[in-house]
Amino acid sequence: MNLEYGPEYERFRDEVRDFLAGNRHRAPHASQRAARPDAAAVAWQKLLIEHGYTARTIPGEYGGYGAEPDILKARIIAEEFARAGVPAGLSNQGISMLVPTLLELGTEEQKRRWIEPTLRGEIVWCQGYSEPGAGSDLASLRTSAREEDGHFVINGQKIWTSTARQADMIFCLVRTEAEAPKHAGISYLIFPMDLPGIEVRPLKTMTGHAEFNETFFTDVRVPVDQIVGQRGQGWFVANATLGHERGMLGDPDALENRLLALIRLMRDERVGSARAIDDPVLRDRLVALQAEVAAMKYNGMRVLSNQLKGDAGGMAKLIVKLQSCELAHQISALAIDAMGEMGILYSDSPRVREGGTWQWNYMFQLGLIIGGGTAQIQKNIIAERGLDMPREPRLALASAEGRKDVA
Amino acid sequence: MDFGLSSEQEMLGETVRRCLAETCPLDHVRFCVDAGSAVSDRVMAAFHEIGLTGLMVPEAHGGLGMTMLDAAVVAEQLGRAVAPVPFLGRSVLAPLALMLAGSPAQQADWLPRIASGAARFGVAIAGIVEERDGASVRIEDGGLTGTALFALDFEGADHFIVADASGRLHLLAAATTGVEPIALQTIDATRSVGELRLTGAAAEPLADDGGLATRRLRDAGRILLAADSLGAGEAMIEQAVAYAAEREQFGRVIGSFQAVKHMCAEMAARHEPCRALVWYAAHAFDVLPDEAALTACFAKSHTGEVHRFVARTATEVHGGMGFTDLLGLHFWFKRIGFDRQLLGGPERVRAEAAQLQGLNAATR
Repeated sequence: MNLEYGPEYERFRDEVRDFLAGNRHRAPHASQRAARPDAAAVAWQKLLIEHGYTARTIPGEYGGYGAEPDILKARIIAEEFARAGVPAGLSNQGISMLVPTLLELGTEEQKRRWIEPTLRGEIVWCQGYSEPGAGSDLASLRTSAREEDGHFVINGQKIWTSTARQADMIFCLVRTEAEAPKHAGISYLIFPMDLPGIEVRPLKTMTGHAEFNETFFTDVRVPVDQIVGQRGQGWFVANATLGHERGMLGDPDALENRLLALIRLMRDERVGSARAIDDPVLRDRLVALQAEVAAMKYNGMRVLSNQLKGDAGGMAKLIVKLQSCELAHQISALAIDAMGEMGILYSDSPRVREGGTWQWNYMFQLGLIIGGGTAQIQKNIIAERGLDMPREPRLALASAEGRKDVA
Repeated sequence: MDFGLSSEQEMLGETVRRCLAETCPLDHVRFCVDAGSAVSDRVMAAFHEIGLTGLMVPEAHGGLGMTMLDAAVVAEQLGRAVAPVPFLGRSVLAPLALMLAGSPAQQADWLPRIASGAARFGVAIAGIVEERDGASVRIEDGGLTGTALFALDFEGADHFIVADASGRLHLLAAATTGVEPIALQTIDATRSVGELRLTGAAAEPLADDGGLATRRLRDAGRILLAADSLGAGEAMIEQAVAYAAEREQFGRVIGSFQAVKHMCAEMAARHEPCRALVWYAAHAFDVLPDEAALTACFAKSHTGEVHRFVARTATEVHGGMGFTDLLGLHFWFKRIGFDRQLLGGPERVRAEAAQLQGLNAATR
């Protein structure tokens, strides 16, 4: 057990801290949910890329900083930006999912054309994966693309396309081979969102806001070369980066920050003159959550350490999405309970606390428990890959076929 | 940076694991329990050979001079094997008490005997966590008077480390006049606890450090109970998964039903982070004194909750068989129950954690 990063890394940490001290006044306010970055966010992103604090390992010829991958340096950057409460650059599906996909499986021309403007925030992407009939069973998707004089003609519907209204481009899974087994008939296309035949309708959720959309395609024509990987290989292409999305949903720093916000709230909220934190029942729940967040933090350090040794992370990594999303939800639940009757206030009501974000989070985080692989799918993965338990008999058959087809 | 065990610690765990697989299969656990003993001579003999009795004793005094993280590695294996052997009190807390609060003469006198197994200690510090049934120990006329509950590693102890009501530690010979030892029966027959009724019993005081050493013992005890629970919980999950892979109903192994798979996944998902938490708490005890008490509270309370869930869920996965004595699953269930309650159940420990952080010091 050695928690020291070593002198080289402590020097690097000092550099990051110096940078933050000297430049944090330029950072945009952390409005994480703005789909299209404003001028301040784009300028901040540019500065961060120049210093290697974001897009760090993406090669320079594609607009990144071009450093060798170094897990500890990446971790130090994340830690220091979180500690300073400064946004660590743009975080969107184009950067987290499309860019790694292109780096791994794109053509040279695709890499040169799309990666740099995506990193700089000039091109905003949305993800066209899920459909009303294809959620957990994504490979059963039915949005069709038939070939017609050098174009794919796309018809169908996508759902949960979170930034579709702002997006310039979409990376989209479509069924190009109608006759092939379900995993083998899918292709991964990229195309502009302003093509004729694309209609985006906001999807209002339980929070009262439309954080997502539905996207409809009617005879949308896309040149056949706007494909990543080969025809029929879309399932493989998409799976190459699904892991990146789940990684995004289990950040231990985010949990710690929510917990600190909860403690502040519980110190401020009062019943009569007694603070919420002086209530022994609420306090007991708070400390129980602290212990669990601590466990997830050290679990994260263990995963990091395993990765340094070239280990994939094993069970300690498999459980992160399930546990972190559940824990985040419980933190919000306790905040609402600590507010008592005040906990029902929402939107811009008089007396509302922190703009109603605890209630918004409590609802939105339920969406995160469901999205990116539902809790039930996560449990299947933990049981089957982590504990080596048998698959459902029919599932086992279908999936064996799928693997054979992809291979 | 390396968060985890060193290769020496991995090896230590593997050595203890193999030793217990050989000397302490479930049949042997049953044999000891049926004979009414929580001290397996066979396992103790093997432990002497590896040097585990002197694990915490400094090398200068004939021990291995190991750390709390090493002790946690051993405790995990004991929990995994539901081993009926004294360890926490006898091989960890007693030498720790002497190292923290013993005079050089006391250390020179006792530590080598602990390492060699010539002195067999029990440790009674439960009173500083919770005073129950009015039990407490005070100094009267130069002797110890009162009652100390839940003395650890009670069976076969010829000496005890006893905390008085002020938190000061004393070294007491079991055969002293005025010591009435009474064994307590608990759910967990693989461990031995008892009470000491004291009437002016002559004892050797350790240093008066304001209760500092006693609090360190409490933290160490919590960490190792958590580590024991970690091993016992993992063993239960493994047994549940193995049983689900064999047992057939409705023409399929029950492990292929999602209802059963999800029970196992939930156990694994809640259990796995406990490992990092216990390691960190042990490491903090060794080198991060500011964090030691708090992380010990986190480890103790969180594993207490998680492994109660694991114990009942793993039993349920075994269906009716889990409820019988035949599979012996209840040995782990009870071991986990013991680990949860001793030196403070989750609520008590969390209240202390709140206090340590000043969360309940109301400032208006």
